[in-house]
Amino acid sequence: MNFNPAIDTQNLSSVKPIMELRNVSRTFMVSQGVFRGKKPLKAVNEVSLKVHRGEVLGLVGESGCGKTTLAMMLLGLLTPGQGEILIEDQAVSGWNLLEITSRIQPIFQDPYSSLNPRKTVGQSISLPLAIHKTVQKKDRRQLVEKMLEAVGLPGRFYNSYPNQLSGGQRQRVAIARALVMKPQIVICDEPTSALDVSVQSQILNLLLKLKNQLNLTYLFISHNLAVVEHLASRVAVMYLGRVVEEGGCERLFSKPLHPYTQALLKSVLLPEPGQGISNVNLGAGFPNPIDPPTGCTFHPRCPQVMDICRTQSPGSLSIEDGYVECHLYRKENKNYLN
Amino acid sequence: MTVLLEVENLTVDIPLAAGDLHAVRGVDFTVKKGETLGIVGESGCGKSITSFAIMNLLPQSAVRNSRRLVFDGQALDELSEEQLSDIRGNKMSMIFQEPMTSLNPSYTIGEQLIETLLRHRKAARREAVERAVFLLEKVGITAAASRLKQYPHQLSGGLRQRVMIAMALMCGPEMIIADEPTTALDVTIQAQILNLLAGIQSEFQMGQILITHDLGVIASVAHRVAVMYAGQFVETGSVAEVFETPMHPYTQGLLACIPIPGKTKRGSFLGSIPGKVPTLIGDQTGCSFANRCAYVKEACLLKNVPMNSIGSVRSYRCILSSEVCYQNAREAACS
Repeated sequence: MNFNPAIDTQNLSSVKPIMELRNVSRTFMVSQGVFRGKKPLKAVNEVSLKVHRGEVLGLVGESGCGKTTLAMMLLGLLTPGQGEILIEDQAVSGWNLLEITSRIQPIFQDPYSSLNPRKTVGQSISLPLAIHKTVQKKDRRQLVEKMLEAVGLPGRFYNSYPNQLSGGQRQRVAIARALVMKPQIVICDEPTSALDVSVQSQILNLLLKLKNQLNLTYLFISHNLAVVEHLASRVAVMYLGRVVEEGGCERLFSKPLHPYTQALLKSVLLPEPGQGISNVNLGAGFPNPIDPPTGCTFHPRCPQVMDICRTQSPGSLSIEDGYVECHLYRKENKNYLN
Repeated sequence: MTVLLEVENLTVDIPLAAGDLHAVRGVDFTVKKGETLGIVGESGCGKSITSFAIMNLLPQSAVRNSRRLVFDGQALDELSEEQLSDIRGNKMSMIFQEPMTSLNPSYTIGEQLIETLLRHRKAARREAVERAVFLLEKVGITAAASRLKQYPHQLSGGLRQRVMIAMALMCGPEMIIADEPTTALDVTIQAQILNLLAGIQSEFQMGQILITHDLGVIASVAHRVAVMYAGQFVETGSVAEVFETPMHPYTQGLLACIPIPGKTKRGSFLGSIPGKVPTLIGDQTGCSFANRCAYVKEACLLKNVPMNSIGSVRSYRCILSSEVCYQNAREAACS
């Protein structure tokens, strides 16, 4: 079964993106100690991304690289310091949360903490309907039960509390809550990391099914690269707040360009014996984000580092299916692509 | 190779208000020198309880029984708590999952590292410090001497896990039990830590039990694997055999749940195991996987299923004949 045959990932420039980020940055001021003042931490640093309707954009990177900060900005929970976020060509900056949440909804990692333990499943799922006043009170219960059915739960769970459900069932409730407002975009922030393998596959299958049924667009944040490769149509790789490579999923996984993407893919352990573990030579040091390295922020760990990398930031280089931020692919260098 | 650890018919029961919880129900295995046994299973299957039972670190109410529990020629179930303390952290040590919580936040890592050596070897402080620095360098920590004065909160997750490994190695143990040693880490760090563990293990010819839910980790590191379900091993064998031709329906289902790049068609629906794990409270009859199994027959529900052995290391717990299991594995691999 193909993902969405209507979308040709190669020719996206002609179609308008459903969601676009233009040079979005967010800086936090981090205290250094009582007398030492505060220093800026660039959690997200000039990120530009486009997501088209029906796509799944996978966002990968190590912990602390800014994936979740990016998700929070898209959800309207944080405002971007610089740059703008556009949904269907309209800047989000002036919108109130109600407008944003009617289009973008989240599914979080931990189904144990993302549901209110004092509210029944029915109350949790119908809360968005009550706040947005889109559905009359008497019709809500019916809609919620329909939603529960859509995510594979029996309607009688309406009156259950989260502690009566298993992890997989709770994640299904979280999905039902996200979809009850009929959003166009769903931000899945590590939706299966807290789940067992057999439950993970059920949830992924459900996300796939709902995406096809409702023509949803996903931003799929995960550190599980095998899952991202399976689901995503495009992938963005983040490192220290910047997207260092973005491109079509198939190309990125078969022919990764950025040395960081290459190392990341090499680290994946597959359930196939006899492959051993390749030495990725990245060194231990994930750099301190408060004091990032000069030039290309990846240079201290890069196996192909050149002199220019230490002083000059590479900036983004357009490639056929996206972009990459690496000096190796500049015109004057040997790996130049075009 | 000499056998380091022998476990026969290990059971752990935890009395609860609702009845006895049979957390581990008759587990048998051996670990040889220089060998890694992977125990894989989903949460609640009893894999961590098995390791705690070997180390005698179970909750007080838990009842442990075994026909045989021999480590390095000593019957562990006959030792006093004091004699056990002499073994724990000395000849047999453990690496826990959460480097954030298993280091004491109020002591420097130096103090925590040398503590084991002072306790077990009556070493002089200076020697202990030297050994700590040596091991920290061994596990790839730079500026090791200055790290000794740091507190756990000053280190990143990957560094803390390296400290945990160094700590486990302080007394030069013969066996290491690693319980999800890389679950909390990023993939790039995971690869480094596993490489490191494998290198150190073959260098010192240690036995290792690696407990994880990640089939990828098992496939890359372990020599033999035991698949655990509802407190029992349902399949054991060499890693190559089990991943190539999984015999037990649970192993087959588990492998079908994971997308494998190049094998699984992108964007296709993944395999899944319907139903849920049965409760282990109270008496158990029949195959514990029966309620989720696609091949279930009446006979599965009637009596407990014994392990069937094929060859010396391969065994599986299913009433189906090995030919039928092979056939099912092949069909599962094709679909």
